[in-house]
Amino acid sequence: MKNRVAIIGAGMTLFRRRMLESPKELSFEATRMALDSAGLELRDIQSVVSGSAPDAFDGMHMKGEYLLDGMGGIGKPNQRVYVGGGTGVFTPIGGWWNVASGMYDTCLCVAEEKMSPLHPHPQYAFWSIFDQILERPLGTTLLWIFSLEMRRYMHKYGIKEEEIATVSVKNKGNAVDHPCAQLGAKITVDDVMNSEPICWPVKRLDVSPPSDGAAAVVLASEKVAKTLTDQPVWLDGVGWTLDSTHWTNRDLAYPEYVEKAAWMAYKMAGIKKPRKEIDIAEVYDPFDYKELHHMEGLQLAGKGEAAKMAVDGVTQRDGDLPVCPSGGLLGVGNPIAAAGMMKICEVFWQLRGEAGKRQVKKDARTGLAQAWGDLMQVGTVAVMRS
Amino acid sequence: MKLSQKITSYPGHEITPEDVKDGKYLDVVYKFEPKYSWAAGVAISRFLADLKEGRIIARKCMNCERILVPPRMYCEKCFRPTDEWVHIKDTGTVNTYSISHVGTDARRLKTPILVAVVDLDGATPGMGILHNLGEIEPSKIKVGMKVKAVWKSSSERQGAITDIRYFKPVGEE
Repeated sequence: MKNRVAIIGAGMTLFRRRMLESPKELSFEATRMALDSAGLELRDIQSVVSGSAPDAFDGMHMKGEYLLDGMGGIGKPNQRVYVGGGTGVFTPIGGWWNVASGMYDTCLCVAEEKMSPLHPHPQYAFWSIFDQILERPLGTTLLWIFSLEMRRYMHKYGIKEEEIATVSVKNKGNAVDHPCAQLGAKITVDDVMNSEPICWPVKRLDVSPPSDGAAAVVLASEKVAKTLTDQPVWLDGVGWTLDSTHWTNRDLAYPEYVEKAAWMAYKMAGIKKPRKEIDIAEVYDPFDYKELHHMEGLQLAGKGEAAKMAVDGVTQRDGDLPVCPSGGLLGVGNPIAAAGMMKICEVFWQLRGEAGKRQVKKDARTGLAQAWGDLMQVGTVAVMRS
Repeated sequence: MKLSQKITSYPGHEITPEDVKDGKYLDVVYKFEPKYSWAAGVAISRFLADLKEGRIIARKCMNCERILVPPRMYCEKCFRPTDEWVHIKDTGTVNTYSISHVGTDARRLKTPILVAVVDLDGATPGMGILHNLGEIEPSKIKVGMKVKAVWKSSSERQGAITDIRYFKPVGEE
């Protein structure tokens, strides 16, 4: 590639169940903050990549075009990228193409989601991701892909619900220290176990909430980044792969597509032993078991071994491999595309030593952010270095 | 200067459920009611026609020798047309299952839906379909349990996935 790519600024709004701001206004707020933190104005930006998940949330088709002016995209080369829940990490990957290719020296990457407009529940939008002939007539709900996958994962490796619940306890606890968090709370494994079984084995506190919010980063080529900051965070590896929508035909206990995406990013970043070389990881955690499932796909844990790491405290903020020090989707909230971008922002702040109360104990130099989505078929991975 | 020193607050205004109840904000409600008429496709049309006859049909790729269900006219791995139709059994194994207390729009259900991925006998191992389970207590369901399709009567069948009412346990688990 022509240019090494740096992240030089980041911004985000509050994440809440329902926000007054319109999608454009949320986008503007996050984008303005990212520009301010980089010391740039919109005129300094050469291209824009936007990310937002299903149009069905807003009931507004071609949302990318609608969002354009709030994202600073007017009159600039703009592209919307979209891979469902994987969108938030795919957005800066799209920005990476813009800058690494040598096309542009600066690129704004903005992700926004408002789930609250849809009634009676945002989950309704996901009904239509299932096969319309063979699956929807069975009464599908999005939760099924998680509850079925979680049950298979538990079965294959003999993992207990209580072990999985420790992830929810950790992430909601971490989120207490995040100024934007929707659901930061000190809870216990018993709280999770006693919460309403909505789609067993998934219980209410195993799940992240629906949210509104936006987040953004500014990317720059090495040449430009070095004139603007002494502390660029390098986007040194990106990877993404997708599997088919024939989800009932695959091994639900192991996300092979996440492994492929991870190795693509690791190879690019020159990482050979991920467990040793990755200092912190913002792993995609829309459900607590997903954090474990993804740690295994990302090669940060052996197959079936992530639960033990969680139980032993390895993934705590002061542990050997802090996972979701932000509080993750379970704690900070899950405005789909914005939630993945929040993870990129968190790794950026952590690697600069600017995460405040959330700062991990260890000296973190290499971090990872990952997102996942669609019918259990998307893996998007970014490796970042200080 | 540290970037974080520039951040004095994080933007955004929350609308709480109380705000909505108190009528603090104007609300515009819009209902979008499009209708769709889907073509099931070459492979799935045949699959549905066979369901109407009380049979499950799959498609075989002679190159990778996989027997694919749901059937497709092309093998996505070999990326070539599949070769022949193969009837498979209406029995299988529970690959995974869940007890769903919520419906499509997340509203709570009075009676939970029992849902499973059933790996069908006669297809390549691991080829499952999504379906419901019945005639079993939720607490008795197990991964690895053998199940069999319970069909609607021939006069009720209309060429739909729901021509199979559900899968029920067979014999000893």
